[in-house]
Amino acid sequence: MPLATYQTSVPVVVDDAKCIADKGCTVCVDVCPLDVLRISDMTGKAFMAYDECWYCMPCEADCPTGAVTVNIPYLLR
Amino acid sequence: MAMDEIVDGLSEVSCDVLVIGGGTAGPMAALKAKMKNPKANVVLLEKANVKRSGAISMGMDGLNNAVIPGYATPEQYTKEITIANDGIVDQKAVYKYAQSCYGIIEELDSFGIRFLKNENGDYAVKKVHHIGTYVLPMPNGETVKKALYRQLRRARILISNRYMATRLLKSSDGRIAGAVSVNTRTAEILVIKAKAVILCMGAAGRLGLPTSGYMFGTYENAANSGDGYAMAYHAGAALANLECFQINPLIKDYNGPACAYVAGPFGAYTANNEDRRFIECDYWSGQMMLEFYNELLSGKGPVFLQLKHLHDKTIEEIEHTLHKVERPTRGLFQEGRGVDYRKESIEMHISEIGFCSGHSASGVFVDDNARTTVPGLYAAGDMASVPHNYMLGAFTNGSFAGLDAMEFADNHDFGEIDAGEIAMERERVMAPTKREDGIPPNQIEYKTRRLVNDYLQPPKVTRKYELGMRRLAEVREDMQERMIARNAHELLRALEVQSIMDCADMAAHASLFREESRWGLYHWRTDFPEKDNENWFCHTLLSKQDGRMTSEKREVQPYVVPIADDEKDLYDKQRIRASA
Repeated sequence: MPLATYQTSVPVVVDDAKCIADKGCTVCVDVCPLDVLRISDMTGKAFMAYDECWYCMPCEADCPTGAVTVNIPYLLR
Repeated sequence: MAMDEIVDGLSEVSCDVLVIGGGTAGPMAALKAKMKNPKANVVLLEKANVKRSGAISMGMDGLNNAVIPGYATPEQYTKEITIANDGIVDQKAVYKYAQSCYGIIEELDSFGIRFLKNENGDYAVKKVHHIGTYVLPMPNGETVKKALYRQLRRARILISNRYMATRLLKSSDGRIAGAVSVNTRTAEILVIKAKAVILCMGAAGRLGLPTSGYMFGTYENAANSGDGYAMAYHAGAALANLECFQINPLIKDYNGPACAYVAGPFGAYTANNEDRRFIECDYWSGQMMLEFYNELLSGKGPVFLQLKHLHDKTIEEIEHTLHKVERPTRGLFQEGRGVDYRKESIEMHISEIGFCSGHSASGVFVDDNARTTVPGLYAAGDMASVPHNYMLGAFTNGSFAGLDAMEFADNHDFGEIDAGEIAMERERVMAPTKREDGIPPNQIEYKTRRLVNDYLQPPKVTRKYELGMRRLAEVREDMQERMIARNAHELLRALEVQSIMDCADMAAHASLFREESRWGLYHWRTDFPEKDNENWFCHTLLSKQDGRMTSEKREVQPYVVPIADDEKDLYDKQRIRASA
């Protein structure tokens, strides 16, 4: 059965200018209870790879540079 | 190598006590086990990261069941919990908790976890329950996980993050022997041999589908997919009263607590569309939930949490807690909706169904030492059967589990593990990664949980349940034969949906077995609408026997604290009567 890509707007947004993942930081990826954040091979910055968010906040609260913002997922907003 | 790429690998380690789940009960169990025997190896295995895992990922806004000398007695608390659970309680475990939890509060305080105190330095306990006073606010409760983590590091607990346990292993004599787990980012298998295992894997919170349709917008931490219930079941442990579902009154759509426990002591209350109270008490019980449900559906619905009558300063104080601790995005949500607590009441709704002894009374059956029915296997926290145990119960019962498990480990050697069993489990775990073509886990999960909503959520009707079970069996077949996982992360979800499916089957089976209505909305069977004490004043135990799901009755153990006849139905009188 062929698979399609399903588009969603993701709740966690990372400010690339502030993110220091390219310098080795992995804090937001480490703390996420749902393990939905990854570091991009292309930009070296953190991003939300899977739209499976509990809007719980550790990624935002623990980010050392204030680069991460958690929004309420659109379906709940 | 890129993260999430599948690696075919297997390694084996061993330890004295294996604790699975690093949320609330797990860290305490690991600490207590290690303190009892500092020479022993204690491994704490966690599907996410112990720093931020579990129900208290962002802390907790208060203790909901603190039995503090001067405010409440263990006898009074035991009585209240017994009445709130329609009498189906083994009091010994509740009483032991009530006697011990004050010591745990003092210990948490020594870890640097702060509780509200009054000007004399005494704990400022508030009344929320129907009868007694047990709620201790934690306006600075955001530090709980950090404080626990410090203790774990100090005690040299071996922490393994990002490993999901999939099955328990037993030796031929029926004793626990370890667990199989899988790395959630590489899919490598790790077999852990252990003399004793403690399950602290949280609620089954991803069982029903939230009304928002967002699969991860659950009340419980969405990582809590019921893996502990499924593992205990497949290991042959008994599970108690699973028909006593957990359903909560929450902020509509946001699906987090509103939260009357925090705001109630300041004068806030649950109201209908006439701004009137309709329930006597905001404490979460099945009986209260039934009144809440009735009001939602009535002409006086929906239901609101009302704060607008309070002083500005008071509202500010409430906001400070609600928007900082436990579910801090509550403030962001209300801001997005343009809701100002000063002007508008908070619209509420009921949650999807789940299993969670934190608020109800179901779970892996344990005694007052947190022992399950499998020798060497323990359970604590939201997944174990001690009713209404909340965060403090997770800590306290986790502590009992840690102490007793270490004693068990000190007196037993490793159990023999059959290599064939490990090979079979490896094959089961990896199966979705071996298929070229099929259905992704998110579709299997959505369909399963949608069926749970359509057929299993109360009011429960036999014919609906039978249809639901047929539909679920069809999806199970798809899950077993056709589900695909294209990377390690998808495999994590594929394994979780297998736990969700097992929990759905158990919820259905347990509900059909108890042919009466009990615990208000939690087990409201409209084709058996009455409480039937003659036939059903008992626990129900569900277990896997000869490969089949089986339910049986178990007597309620003699009470430690007697309940007078005129006290038994206090929780049935939730609705405010119209007064002359």
